[in-house]
Amino acid sequence: MAESASVLDVTAREALAELLMSVADDEFIIGFWDSEWTGIAPMLEEDVATSSIAQDEIGHARALYELLAELTDDDADRIAFGRDAADFRHAALMNHARGDWALSVARRYLYETADAVRLTALARSSHQPLALLAGKMRREETYHQLHADAWLRRLSEGGAEGRGRLTTALERLWPDAQDIFAPLVGEEALVREGLLRESMQAMHAAWQAQVRPILEPICGELPSATPSRDGRLRRTDDFAWLHGEFTSVAGSEEAATW
Amino acid sequence: MVMIDAREERIWAALAQIPDPEIPAISVVDLGVIGSVTLDDDRVSIKLLPTFVGCPAIGVMQEQITERLTALSVADEVEVEVSFDPPWTSDRISANGRERLRLSGFAPPQVATTPGLIGLDELAVLPVAECPYCGSRNTTLENPFGPTLCRAIYHCADCRQPFEQMKRI
Repeated sequence: MAESASVLDVTAREALAELLMSVADDEFIIGFWDSEWTGIAPMLEEDVATSSIAQDEIGHARALYELLAELTDDDADRIAFGRDAADFRHAALMNHARGDWALSVARRYLYETADAVRLTALARSSHQPLALLAGKMRREETYHQLHADAWLRRLSEGGAEGRGRLTTALERLWPDAQDIFAPLVGEEALVREGLLRESMQAMHAAWQAQVRPILEPICGELPSATPSRDGRLRRTDDFAWLHGEFTSVAGSEEAATW
Repeated sequence: MVMIDAREERIWAALAQIPDPEIPAISVVDLGVIGSVTLDDDRVSIKLLPTFVGCPAIGVMQEQITERLTALSVADEVEVEVSFDPPWTSDRISANGRERLRLSGFAPPQVATTPGLIGLDELAVLPVAECPYCGSRNTTLENPFGPTLCRAIYHCADCRQPFEQMKRI
């Protein structure tokens, strides 16, 4: 499977592992946060929708962890459920607890738009297994994007309370959303080998150019913001709590598999 | 016309007997999840194309295919590999599969007008699904997400029946 990876030098292999882990962890953690709406979403349709989206994201994470496991001779279950909280590489956007519905809508919108930019680049990766998986994921993510677009519109046009809460959430999440494009260790090697077709910086610029014209009419001018070096290394108490939740079964029964 | 030897014919016939675990009315062959069957002297390799990356039925399908083909004794070894090459799309469902879906109360997915990725614009104005109960096209999309990853929920204004559609993807 990893025939294109076997010719890579150590630096490029390690950078590819870092890339796979960062994307997988983003999908995994946002999937778990969204799964928290199961049973308590504001309406029945959304109960079904958020559960389905969460299942998609965790499924994507699983497939990415399997690619990573193959590359590093590891085990997908161990990577997902056997790591310490400090070893996760998700972007700071995923450090926030579920919050209210507006926060989840704002996070979904920021994440889906950024993820679409990233997946487009990954679908052209020289690492064939990743390119194929990303191509397949894009087909599913289009539905998520449609959902995020619809809710962003609904809350921003629906009345003062919805718009107010949405604005608060967007202002709060905006700085941390940049970190989806935080520079990766070994990124030069990724771009050089065609594993990643665009630099994080270029993708970040493309994403901002796309979302600012949509978001600023809703919440006013957003501050200039760039990804931070430690954008995938920061941890919060909210994340520590979630980590305790999603590792509790694996922790109590070592032989469990997904 | 590609020559299919007798062993391969038996394998396809056996696969056609395996139901989709989530919608048993349709077989894995009609669903289009069998990407390829490769046969050499002592091994048969099946490429399985998941409908959705996170589909929880993949493992069950792998087990059922392995079990069924092992029992067929056409090769010593049976290998079922999950693949995204090519990606499964709803256009892979056969004509027979679409009919089987309809008969069991699922609207088949809209057929793609252009190949490749479905765009946001196109998705937002998806043509209505035809009610599998009364055939009416006076239906509305209630939720693009349903009880499984691959299904959407519609409502028929004529027979007032909610129904599910296998998603266009």
